[in-house]
Amino acid sequence: MASFKMAKTVLKSLFKKPATAMYPAVPREWTERTRGHVGIIEENCILCGICARKCPTNAIVVDRKGKTWTINRMSCIQCESCVEACPKKCLAMAPSYTPPSVEKITDIFEIPLPDKEKTEA
Amino acid sequence: MGKSTIIPFGPQHPVLPEPVHLDLEIMDEKVVRAIPSIGYVHRGLEKLTETKDYNEMFYVIERICGICSFGHGWGYTLAVEGLMNVDVPDRADYLRTALHELSRIHSHLLWLGLLADGLGFESLFMHCWRLREKVLDLFEKMTGGRVIFSICKVGGLRKDITPEMQNDVLKTIKSLRNEVNSLTKVFLDDASVKNRLCGVGKLSKTEAVDLCAVGPVARGSGVNNDIRLTGIGKYLDLGFKPILEEDGDCYARCKVRILELYQSFDLIEQIMLELPQGPVDVPVKGMPPSNDFIARMEQPRGEAFYYVQGNGTKYLQRMRVRTPTNANIPAMVKTLQGCDLTDVSMLILTIDPCISCTER
Repeated sequence: MASFKMAKTVLKSLFKKPATAMYPAVPREWTERTRGHVGIIEENCILCGICARKCPTNAIVVDRKGKTWTINRMSCIQCESCVEACPKKCLAMAPSYTPPSVEKITDIFEIPLPDKEKTEA
Repeated sequence: MGKSTIIPFGPQHPVLPEPVHLDLEIMDEKVVRAIPSIGYVHRGLEKLTETKDYNEMFYVIERICGICSFGHGWGYTLAVEGLMNVDVPDRADYLRTALHELSRIHSHLLWLGLLADGLGFESLFMHCWRLREKVLDLFEKMTGGRVIFSICKVGGLRKDITPEMQNDVLKTIKSLRNEVNSLTKVFLDDASVKNRLCGVGKLSKTEAVDLCAVGPVARGSGVNNDIRLTGIGKYLDLGFKPILEEDGDCYARCKVRILELYQSFDLIEQIMLELPQGPVDVPVKGMPPSNDFIARMEQPRGEAFYYVQGNGTKYLQRMRVRTPTNANIPAMVKTLQGCDLTDVSMLILTIDPCISCTER
C-alpha cells in the first residue's frame, strides 16, 4: 500500500488556473444549443395557439381577442416543444437563463397582428 | 455485552446526498440491526400519466432523477416503442448508447466524489467533481441541457449531433482519460482509502443473488446481471463485456465503478469513430394500443424496469418504474448487520443510493 498518491495532483493544481469561474463577474459562456428561455419574435406570430396546446406544463397562454402571447417563466421547463411546433418559426430558445426571482414572473407580449377589417379593406 | 441503543441515521446526514432514514440498533459500537425507512421525497410522478400524454410523459420521466435522467428517458421510450412497435434508426441507437455511457461517466464521477467526501478526502472529492463538470459541458453542447437533456423521444432523437461535436467528444474523452488515471491511483492504491474500503461490508455471491442486488453492487460480488447484455442499444454490436469483481466488499464495488469509467470511455470512442450516417428519428403514427410492455435498462446504479400499459388513447393507462436503489436496499441492510458504526457511511455510499429515483 502506498501513501501520498494524491500529492502530485494537488501540487500540480497549485500552479493551475482555478477550475471555477468568478461568476457573475466573469459571464457564463453559452453554447449554441443551450436551452435558457423561450424567446418570441412578435411580428411573425399569428396567434395560432399550437404552442399553447403543445406545452406540457400549460405555461403558454395565447389570447386571440386581447392579441397577447403570455408565458409563465416559472412553469416553463425549457423542453423546446413549442419551438418545434411553431409553424411560423417565431419561437426560439434563447441561451441565457431568466434572472432569479422571488415572484412568479409572467411575461406578456403584445402581438401586432393586423386587424381583420384593415386586411379585408 | 452492553445494552442495545438505537441511533437514528438520516434523513439529513453529511454523507447522504438524498434523504433516507435508518434506525441503527447498536451494541458495543457494532450494528446489530438496521431498519430503513424511505418516503421523504415522494412526488407521485407515476400518477401524472393520467394527465400527460405519452409524449409529454417523457419530460416527467426524465425528471425522476437528475443523475440518470438520460437513462430514465431512454428506458421509457424503449417501453413505449416496444408497445407501439417502432423501430429506431441505427444512428439514433448508437447516439443513445453514447449519451447513456456519458451519463454513466458523470454518475460514477459524482459517486466517486461523494465517496471521497465520505472518506474525508476533500481534495479528491473536488477533483472528481471538476472532471464531472467537463461531461456536463459536453452534454450542454450536444443536447442544450446540463442535467435534463430532453433529446430522446419516442421514435429516435430530437436532435442530431454535428461532426464538430463528435470531435469535441473525442477530445474531452481523451483528456478525461488522462485525468481519471491520476485519480484512479488514489482510489485503488492509496493506503488511507484502502483502509476504509478493503474487507468492509462483504456481500457474497449467493447473498447478492438471494437479495436480488443489481448493478455495481451485484457485479462487485461477481454476479453477472448486466442488462446491457440483453440487447438494448448497440452494446452487443460494440462487443460489450461487463466488469466483474469477486471480493464483494466496498473496495470491489468502488473498483467496478472505476473500471466502468474506462469501459465507457472505450465505448464512446468506438461509437464516435464508427457512427453510421442516416436519420435519427422515424415518424410515430397512431396511439399506444391496449396492451402492455416491459423494458429494462442498465442505469449507472443497476437494473431499472419500466412498465407501460396503453389503452388506445394518447394517455397511458399505467406507467411504473422500478429503480436500482429499490433493489439494492435489502443488500445494504444485510451488509450493515454486524458492521462497525464508523463503516455505516461507507456501506450506505457504496450502493450509490438514489432516493429520488426510488420514491419517484
